[in-house]
Amino acid sequence: MGLITASNLVKIYQTEAIEVRALQGVSFDIEAGAFLAFIGPSGSGKTTLLNLIGCLDKPTSGDLQVGGMDVLKLGRRQAAEFRGQNIGFIFQSFNLLAVLTAFENVEYPLVMVQELRPAERHDRVLKALKAVGMLEQKNQMPDQLSGGQKQRVAIARALVTQPKLVLADEPTANLDHETAYMILRLMKQMRDNFGITFIFSTHDTRIIGEAELIYTLEDGRLVQHEERRAAHV
Amino acid sequence: MFNLAKIAVRNLRRYRRRSLLTISLIAFGVVFVLVFVAVSSSFKDLMIRQITDSYLGDLQIHRRGYVASIETLPLNLNLNLKQAATVKKILDETAGVTGYSERIKFGGMFSNFAETTNIRINGVYPDKEFATCPELITRITQGEKGPNALQKGKILVPVLLARGFGVKVGDTVVVIATNKDGSVNGKTLAVSGILESATGPGGRDGYIHIEDAMEILRMPQKEVSEVAVNLKTIDQVDEIAASVEARLTAAASDPQKVPFQVHTWSLLSPFANIAKMIDVMTFFIKVMLIAIVLISILNVMIMAVYERIREIGTIAAIGTLPRRILSLFLVEGFFLGVFGAGVGAFCGVGIVLILNLWNVAFRFGQQDLLLAPTIAASEVLIACLMVIVVSILASLQPAYKASRMEPIEALGHI
Repeated sequence: MGLITASNLVKIYQTEAIEVRALQGVSFDIEAGAFLAFIGPSGSGKTTLLNLIGCLDKPTSGDLQVGGMDVLKLGRRQAAEFRGQNIGFIFQSFNLLAVLTAFENVEYPLVMVQELRPAERHDRVLKALKAVGMLEQKNQMPDQLSGGQKQRVAIARALVTQPKLVLADEPTANLDHETAYMILRLMKQMRDNFGITFIFSTHDTRIIGEAELIYTLEDGRLVQHEERRAAHV
Repeated sequence: MFNLAKIAVRNLRRYRRRSLLTISLIAFGVVFVLVFVAVSSSFKDLMIRQITDSYLGDLQIHRRGYVASIETLPLNLNLNLKQAATVKKILDETAGVTGYSERIKFGGMFSNFAETTNIRINGVYPDKEFATCPELITRITQGEKGPNALQKGKILVPVLLARGFGVKVGDTVVVIATNKDGSVNGKTLAVSGILESATGPGGRDGYIHIEDAMEILRMPQKEVSEVAVNLKTIDQVDEIAASVEARLTAAASDPQKVPFQVHTWSLLSPFANIAKMIDVMTFFIKVMLIAIVLISILNVMIMAVYERIREIGTIAAIGTLPRRILSLFLVEGFFLGVFGAGVGAFCGVGIVLILNLWNVAFRFGQQDLLLAPTIAASEVLIACLMVIVVSILASLQPAYKASRMEPIEALGHI
């Protein structure tokens, strides 16, 4: 069994007037250490799928296991705990906390989620910042950083908890091509160094080539599964 | 906790203008409450002291039924010699009693040989009376000031009668009264001083020596209408009154027919109702402070949650537990309260000190009183704690709302 096993996932958003079928029977199996992209046009179900894998939402039907855990059985609190211990998130808009420095942003999940001791936190944060090349900017506030730097800090924040899986929803959408490429390379490097599974969604054709596995979604269905290179071992 | 505090303080600094405005509003409320409490309690204490130290005493002991009939000053409800001795013994043995004055009170006629009017006479031992009511001396506007003014054969005449009859210090007047057997007697007295009225029922009260009173009333042995008692501190008045009453009850031969009654100043003076009104006003001022804090904190925290929905979504997504998110916003409200209360307490105490330096005087009745507002540390502490507790309570709803947000919805918020 892989790190993530999804079976016949269906997600229907019901509003008063209409019913939107965001996912229509999606099944897949993702191995640990994968560097995988969900691609597809807007509204194809990429973000919905990432939300389900990230335990932020629940499917209307189907089965989903992440790291051997049937995540559909998790309550609100357990889901939060599971995310805090096993999943890192990278957001399109970086989502750094504006009142914290780069160092403190990376430290945040260790303090507020994993509740580690200060000495251990300090070492881990420095290591994560060094890994993403942001050690020198550790005392800068988010508004003093460029978009690429913010995303590096966000990657460090996602990695610092030593998760099994990092989910990135359109991580390069707000970045120029060069920076986007650099961020993708950095993510892959982190996967190589730490063995963490990276799953990201994108519709940016310029960076799709960096993914080793590509799952194409259309109208909530998985229509193509492409393996570009051998998965990291 | 330190990290929660750090994040909360930085968030307050992030919306600096709004935080300052809220802190200022809370501080203004605290200042208003502290200054009002200080001034009103100072006013109340001054009034009470003026009343108790001028004529009433902190508490009084009478024969049962006397106070109910006090308008007629009944001579048949005086304490007899034995009862007066019992009272005296118990007061001598009671801690906290600094002095007491036995009085014979009666209604009589006051004449300057040309005109006659009614008067209420207090027959007293001069030394005891001046010790029990030390402010009595300040009411003597003309003539001898002190116990000498009440030596035998002398009378302190209320200003009301002196002015009406044109009586001056050194004049001779006559006091005539009917004793309890119905016979009328009079005595010629020299006016030793003119007495200004204190607030309350004292406008027609004159003072003479107790032995002159006994002579006018033809008392074969001493009787006492009331015993006015001065205490070390008025704060103990209820406690000491209860203790004295218990001992008087124990001293009575028949517990079912205790001949004594103890009344504190508040039971004897109508000013007690004004004092209660001041307390009620103070209470409502505090309620207003609570409302100010509640509304301003609630407003600012609702805004804070609304503006940071995406941020809440982010921290919830990365695994922050709902109780942690709740704490983040509660701590923010707590700090708003702490800063507001701190600034308010500092400014409030400062203003109270300035008022003391300023020496604000006002006229109460016939006397000039100097307002000396003071505020107890406990009052400042209570006001601050009240503000902080209300701040936390006001933050509860917005904080709860933040903690219950679904991360996926919060992250999608624009």
